Amino acid sequence: MKTVSLNIDGKAVTCEEGKTLIDAADSVGIKIPTLCYNEKLAPYGGCRICTVEITKNKKKRLVTACVYPVEEGLEVKTDTPEVKKIRATVLDLLLASSPTAKNVLEMAKQYGITKRHFEAEKTNCILCGLCVRYCHEVKKANAIGFVGRGIERRVVFFPEIATTVCASCRECFSLCPTAKLPSETDGVSFENLTLGDFLKVK
Amino acid sequence: MPRLKSNADLAKLKKQILSKRAGKRYIAINAAGTCGLAYGSDKIYKAFVDEIKKQGLSKEVEVRATGCLGFCENSPKVMILPDDINYFKVKLEDVSEIVSKTLVEKQVVDRLLYKDGSKKVVKINDIPFYSGQSRIISGNNRYIDPENIDDYIALGGYSALAQVLGKMEPKDVLDIVKKSNLRGRGGGGFPTGVKWETSVNAPSDIKYVIVNADEGDPGAYMNRALLEGNPHSVLEGLIIGAYTVGACEGYIYVRQEYPLAIKHLYVALDQAREYGLLGKDILGSGFDFDIIVHQGAGAFVSGESSALMTAIEGRVGEPRPKYIRTAVSGVREKPSVLNNVETWANVPLIINNGIDWFTGIGTKENYGTKIFSLVGKVNNTGLVEVPLGTTLRQIIFDCGGGIRKGKKFKAVQTGGPSGGCIPASMLDMPVDFDQLAKAGSMMGSGGMIVMDEDSCMVDMARYFLDFLAFESCGKCVPCREGIRQMLKILNRICDGKGVESDIRTLEELADLLKDASLCALGQTAANPVMSTVKYFRDEYEAHIKDKRCLAGVCKSLVSYFIVPEKCQACQICLRECPVSAIKGEKNIVHVIDQSKCTKCGSCIEVCPAKFSAVVKISGKPVPQAPVRMEVTRKKEARS
Amino acid sequence: MKQVDRVIASYNNDKNALIQILLQIQKENRWLPEEELRRVGKKLDIPINQIYHITTFYKAFSLVPHGRHSLAVCLGTACHVRGAPRLLDKVSEVLGIKPGETSKDMKYSLSTVNCLGCCALGPVIQVDDEYYSDPSSTELKKIIAERD
Repeated sequence: MKTVSLNIDGKAVTCEEGKTLIDAADSVGIKIPTLCYNEKLAPYGGCRICTVEITKNKKKRLVTACVYPVEEGLEVKTDTPEVKKIRATVLDLLLASSPTAKNVLEMAKQYGITKRHFEAEKTNCILCGLCVRYCHEVKKANAIGFVGRGIERRVVFFPEIATTVCASCRECFSLCPTAKLPSETDGVSFENLTLGDFLKVK
Repeated sequence: MPRLKSNADLAKLKKQILSKRAGKRYIAINAAGTCGLAYGSDKIYKAFVDEIKKQGLSKEVEVRATGCLGFCENSPKVMILPDDINYFKVKLEDVSEIVSKTLVEKQVVDRLLYKDGSKKVVKINDIPFYSGQSRIISGNNRYIDPENIDDYIALGGYSALAQVLGKMEPKDVLDIVKKSNLRGRGGGGFPTGVKWETSVNAPSDIKYVIVNADEGDPGAYMNRALLEGNPHSVLEGLIIGAYTVGACEGYIYVRQEYPLAIKHLYVALDQAREYGLLGKDILGSGFDFDIIVHQGAGAFVSGESSALMTAIEGRVGEPRPKYIRTAVSGVREKPSVLNNVETWANVPLIINNGIDWFTGIGTKENYGTKIFSLVGKVNNTGLVEVPLGTTLRQIIFDCGGGIRKGKKFKAVQTGGPSGGCIPASMLDMPVDFDQLAKAGSMMGSGGMIVMDEDSCMVDMARYFLDFLAFESCGKCVPCREGIRQMLKILNRICDGKGVESDIRTLEELADLLKDASLCALGQTAANPVMSTVKYFRDEYEAHIKDKRCLAGVCKSLVSYFIVPEKCQACQICLRECPVSAIKGEKNIVHVIDQSKCTKCGSCIEVCPAKFSAVVKISGKPVPQAPVRMEVTRKKEARS
Repeated sequence: MKQVDRVIASYNNDKNALIQILLQIQKENRWLPEEELRRVGKKLDIPINQIYHITTFYKAFSLVPHGRHSLAVCLGTACHVRGAPRLLDKVSEVLGIKPGETSKDMKYSLSTVNCLGCCALGPVIQVDDEYYSDPSSTELKKIIAERD
């Protein structure tokens, strides 16, 4: 396997070609924050919290570390003021949909957001997709999925599959960054609900 | 139809077609284009067909249904060729006169000519709308019935392809496209040759070429006109591109909202296959290539190149991160060259006319022409094709004829939802990729929405955010949540609930969108807001501080009021009001019940201009309406 | 042969053609009944969650029955600048339904579209296959009455 040498926050890193920046950073003890990344799943690039600054051929760019592959000679900075501002604004926005989610509140505090600036929507879902992706890629059950587009995008269970597999599985529960899944589905019976119920925009 | 097995066969066919048409005259009518049909041009077409037959002229005169002929508001249009006599706003009752007078007696029907002031104009290039243009691509529409490939061949169609397959290697074609510096006409303005070269160099036995005919920008319809009116010009370019890149399969991704364009594409593909210009062993060269039409299903974001390719795979058309270029890994991870309809249409022209010809049009690094859809509050709505570098003023005032109803120009929106508004102070800006970007906007696909004093710039920003809020795929946080919050702020401002810190918050969210969004939709989503804040800050401040909409558009900030001294109690507004909010009778001044009024604006539209009794009030209280006041008759009416 | 099977066969059972297949079924039924969607998923071996993501992502698809006649008001930028929102209000008032809704007698459905490409006619409304430029309330009532 071909190896690649790059520099992350001043540290020299050598790793396999094809690895992402987030994995390469992790290999030298640099933990880049993220809400939608999971090493068991294909990189998603949805939360943008893992944004880092890269310099390539003297040109600076902002990219998401979970998706961007390592490149020879790349210079990566994971914690510049610009990057911190991006993370802070993203977390501030996420607090609107999940104002009480512990994980989000803690991370937001780390980036200086102690007070939510936007009106709460309280869907308690940050649409990180971890549940959908896990069920599709790892369990291959497809009991849960995205519907809608843009600001109407949301996650729904598909009753006919959920009633047969979810009760004995529940593996997505521990992945949920806002704990919405365990708090809102535990004990709920899917039998009496139709697909139409889940598709209505709340 | 004979299958063409060589360039010589094509040349022979063209000669045959031309000799059969020698001495013939044509009546071109936009009856094969969506808007022409909307104006009833198909009825005019049928009337001409019948009349020509009736007068026994079928051998000398052919009636041709064409696509877009430009100059939309003057439809139905009738163009007599090769005489170059052009009639506008033609009615059914004019048809027999045109045939008798113009075709038989060779006389012009004066009243149907275009009037430039008091002068009557016969030839197309003497009409201001057309004379400022360089219609090297769109001008051919009047010679072509899109359902007849022979019309395209008669013009020299497919001769560029014949030249390429007969005399050139793929690397020779690539060289020409690179040297011409043809930049993508879909929005980004990326050098086409560089894109093609990336795919040429990407190792793969399977490659694809794709036409982006999604044309999602609202207000832009250049691609529709080309696909409806001259589909072969696009096909020829695509086949040349396929040969250059090494693709044996191509896609045309066309939005399903364009059913006529789809129909004409299918006819064109069938006819090209019959002639051996598409499919196996094209023109006997040994090169195989065919095309599949893929319809969009109503998603603006799927017009983004990586999203489009995902949609072609039958999946949800969401954009992919740009780190892996689609020219290297696109459809099914194979190298895929995607270009806009207009970009492909330029290719045969460059091959036929040469690099020097192409680089002689336009300005440095911005060569060739661009088709713009000039729409909105302009007198001459239509597709305008001009050399890059033509100024906004020339486009809007020379071709466009200035602002409708004598109003004042306020701004022009370019680049669709990714672009920005350009104010009057910048009207002399040359329109090209680089200048527009410098002004905080972009070329985009070519939409140019003209606005006047009655357009509210805050409302325009809100309109674009509303559009993007539902068109965004919703995957990444900056775009989905950033737009959600920006839209909330703009809705509040338009509702009279804006606060001082709103503009600052909009600016911070705009920065996030630009720096951290996954795709270009998110990265450019804040452009309409930021350009209007930059050039029209006073309107934002009036909305926020004074609760006033200067243009009288934002419903919550505007009230409609009938001025008692002007009202003549004609009862027209009373009858038109869809919610019966107007009280009044003959001789009694009409009064709008503000509690019922939905601000639809019907009353102000129908009040006769000589009375102009309905006004819009914003930023101050509505005066008390009189109770059963008698009409103040105008002095003139009395005597 | 069932309608769905026929449409899928015409696309050679190709998964890549899913969107084209759904467009054809939508066109023939004027909406996408749940039963047909499940059958598509089964025949093409595509999980139901992906079928529903696609049908709720793309606006050409409707998961509820549509009326016999469709009215679409263009909300494209050029039409917006020429007063499309006011036209939409007018149409809503005359029909008694909001965009996205269908009349109780299933005669017509009202929707908005983001550009028909007929900007010179703006603000424009498409009624089935015909286009009308800025009709008044009276004209609208006539247009509806003319259709059964």
